[in-house]
Amino acid sequence: MSSLESSVQKELQKNFTEVIPSLTNQEAFQESQRCLYCYDAPCIKACPTGIDIPTFIKKIASGNMKGSAKTIMTANPVGASCSRVCPTEELCEGACVLNHSKKPILIGNLQRYATDWAIKNDQVLFKQGQPNGKKVAIVGGGPAGLSAARELALLGYDVTIYEAESQAGGLDTYGIVSFRLPKSVSLWEVEQVENLGVKIKTGVKVGEDIQFDEIFSTNDRVILAIGMASVPDLNIPGEQSNGVYDAIELVKMTKAAPFPTELKDKKVVVIGAGNTAIDGATCSVRLGAENVKILYRRSEQEMTAYDFEYEFAKQDGVEFRWLTQPVEILKNEDGKVKGIKCIRMRLLKADQGERRRTEPVPDSEFIIECDAVVKAIGQKRHLPFIEELDLAHKDGVILINNETMETSNPKVYACGDVIFGKGQGEAMVVSAAQQGKTAAYHMHESLKETYSA
Amino acid sequence: MTMADLRTNLAGITSPNPFWLASAPPTNSGYQVQRAFEAGWGGAVWKTLGDPILNVSSRYAAVHFNGQRVAGFNNIELITDRPLELNLKEIYETKKRFPNHAVVASLMVEPNQNAWHEIVKKAEAAGVDGLELNFGCPHGMAERGMGSASGQVPDLVEKQTNWAKEAAETPVIVKLTPNITDITSTAEAAVRGGADAVSMINTINSLAGVDIDTWLPIPRVGGKGAHGGYCGPAVKPIALNMVSECARNSRINVPISGMGGVSNWQNAIEFMLMGASNVQICTAAMHHGFRIVEDLIDGLSTYLDDRGILSVQDIIGKSVPTFSDWGNLDLNYKVVARINNDVCINCNKCHIACEDTSHQCIDMLNDPSGNPILQVREEDCVGCNLCSIVCPVDGAIDMIELNHEHPAMTWNERQTLIGSLKDKKVSK
Repeated sequence: MSSLESSVQKELQKNFTEVIPSLTNQEAFQESQRCLYCYDAPCIKACPTGIDIPTFIKKIASGNMKGSAKTIMTANPVGASCSRVCPTEELCEGACVLNHSKKPILIGNLQRYATDWAIKNDQVLFKQGQPNGKKVAIVGGGPAGLSAARELALLGYDVTIYEAESQAGGLDTYGIVSFRLPKSVSLWEVEQVENLGVKIKTGVKVGEDIQFDEIFSTNDRVILAIGMASVPDLNIPGEQSNGVYDAIELVKMTKAAPFPTELKDKKVVVIGAGNTAIDGATCSVRLGAENVKILYRRSEQEMTAYDFEYEFAKQDGVEFRWLTQPVEILKNEDGKVKGIKCIRMRLLKADQGERRRTEPVPDSEFIIECDAVVKAIGQKRHLPFIEELDLAHKDGVILINNETMETSNPKVYACGDVIFGKGQGEAMVVSAAQQGKTAAYHMHESLKETYSA
Repeated sequence: MTMADLRTNLAGITSPNPFWLASAPPTNSGYQVQRAFEAGWGGAVWKTLGDPILNVSSRYAAVHFNGQRVAGFNNIELITDRPLELNLKEIYETKKRFPNHAVVASLMVEPNQNAWHEIVKKAEAAGVDGLELNFGCPHGMAERGMGSASGQVPDLVEKQTNWAKEAAETPVIVKLTPNITDITSTAEAAVRGGADAVSMINTINSLAGVDIDTWLPIPRVGGKGAHGGYCGPAVKPIALNMVSECARNSRINVPISGMGGVSNWQNAIEFMLMGASNVQICTAAMHHGFRIVEDLIDGLSTYLDDRGILSVQDIIGKSVPTFSDWGNLDLNYKVVARINNDVCINCNKCHIACEDTSHQCIDMLNDPSGNPILQVREEDCVGCNLCSIVCPVDGAIDMIELNHEHPAMTWNERQTLIGSLKDKKVSK
């Protein structure tokens, strides 16, 4: 690498370091003292994984850092990641009783402080359970899969995770921007699970590198935690041009050195207005893009990104173009993106419970000049995979018993993004973690009778 | 608007306000005392004079509580380590510069008549307004028969007070140790010995802590520690009780200088209401510097002005008649807790405190619209105050006074009544 390149890389590294600084010891101590230590605390109920928040905070206050980290990680095997990516104002912090008197406790930051301590101090928090002779295969090593694996390992199961990527952690490792969640945090969580004897086979695509039959014949149960697939096509002309990105792929490129430099000084247009679109946009800014615009066919009110993400993007200088629908990606003679043709939209009256629909405004086409287009309009489903397993599903969303996470095949459980959608499940990492736990417990219940303890 | 008169008079020792620096490190030198007077302190009791001693390092330790620094303070420093002549010279200079401020010499010598006569005369020659006999320091000096070692023996207190009085021309204050079962016994002894005033409390025997990593005491001198004297906010209730007990004791008919954890003007008012003619302060100044006196004066002054009280002397002892024995409390008086659910933030601390540790009378319920509420079953509430103590929100829990179901009756009255009924039976 030339010295110029390395200085560029250094600059980019800076852009991708965590934006929210960790609490200092003093800040954490003081904030922990502020917690009222409520009885039957609403923050616990607001946490999908039910972390005993007052207890972990009290432990920070008492100086019992290991106990604090353990309290968190017991309830949530990806608690270090969640401390950074959870929409805390909609969960624990939103439920904090201090909202009614002063400011809520910074629960997310305290959780990060405690788990960071465990990371820095190389703590081993859990011990593998007494082997019970039962084998479980988990397909997908993201938050849901890791969470299920951790619980099963504690219960004594022989667990193997099959992970298509070269490292486990799923979206926490690859799909969440480094300046929110450094990869190292997610990989620590992976390591915690591996330390319990869980075998993680990375770079293995189930159905290609190993056949389903083999997995079913060698395991007592299977958990599917395969998440979702790539961003779907926009289905507009010019989509194959050079300079069109999948937002998730773009984020992934920034999670490992060297950082891509191709967006430097470029004009970038991001399509979509969910949290992934925000990630795509802020990543582009941090990769040196000259201008970044988010195009959304609905308006500000309908956007699905969290408020804090929206605010963050605006702080980063991202521009928003509401009621704007792309109709064609324009390319130059080299096949490179040179602009995007859009049409103005208008909102229609809302059907009950639905997001407001839109319709194009006739003759309102216009062109936005740009060098790159980032697609962030949701994610496709692993449909062929699900169909091959012959599991009941709705448009690629595996149908499950909501209580047990059991699929239409009683030997197969599912959790995480693969069950999210069509009014089922939640898209949050913390929900995936809880679903993994639930799947593990119910699977354990179902298997209990088959072996003597 | 007239400003309340803050001038005070302790057994003839006058000062522009009731705030004196206690005999301690802050009054170690003329430089410090003069800085204090410049800042506004009304008086200072000089760091105890006596035969210069040797000190150790380290000397102080504090008890921090839940992130609040210096809830309590502990020291193993002894009396002055400076030559007597130097202290006397600086006392003279200070008094000359600040003639209207109170300069009191704290004294400690061995229990010997001549020694007391000699030091009293020397101090008075330097121009002090009064003397304070240190019968209180619990550490170091006590091992040599001085300080609290003599202060714990009423006869020695009386005798030494008497010796000092024999030589003294200025008022003699006797400073008492709290390291005794009943401080009124030594206070009475001081009065018998002729004391013009008593001051309390000196520090309480203490070991500030143990380092749980090194297993050494805190503070430590090398690899060893020794007990020290405890003071600061944590000791205030102990000090206030001792002042109050002395104030309501008719045999202790001399003014009281109150101290022990006084940290703000409210504390000062409490001590004065309970009979102190002025207050002495040390830890708060050591924590924040002499400048705290500005708010002590300002707060006290505003308090008095708001109530139309013209002189601070008018509040002295005003609460003493309300402080009595348990046997004189009305058994039929009743308060109950009432929770204001519009203010309550539902932390449920009152519920769990009551449920686990008190009288199980706060229920967690839902209102008709399903919102969580807390409710006191008043028939089971004993009015202990615990819920309102643990409640973190002002105004969420009120302690409500109920109408008397029965006429007032104290334990003592009840016992008398029972006794008289028995007598009647017997006489039948």
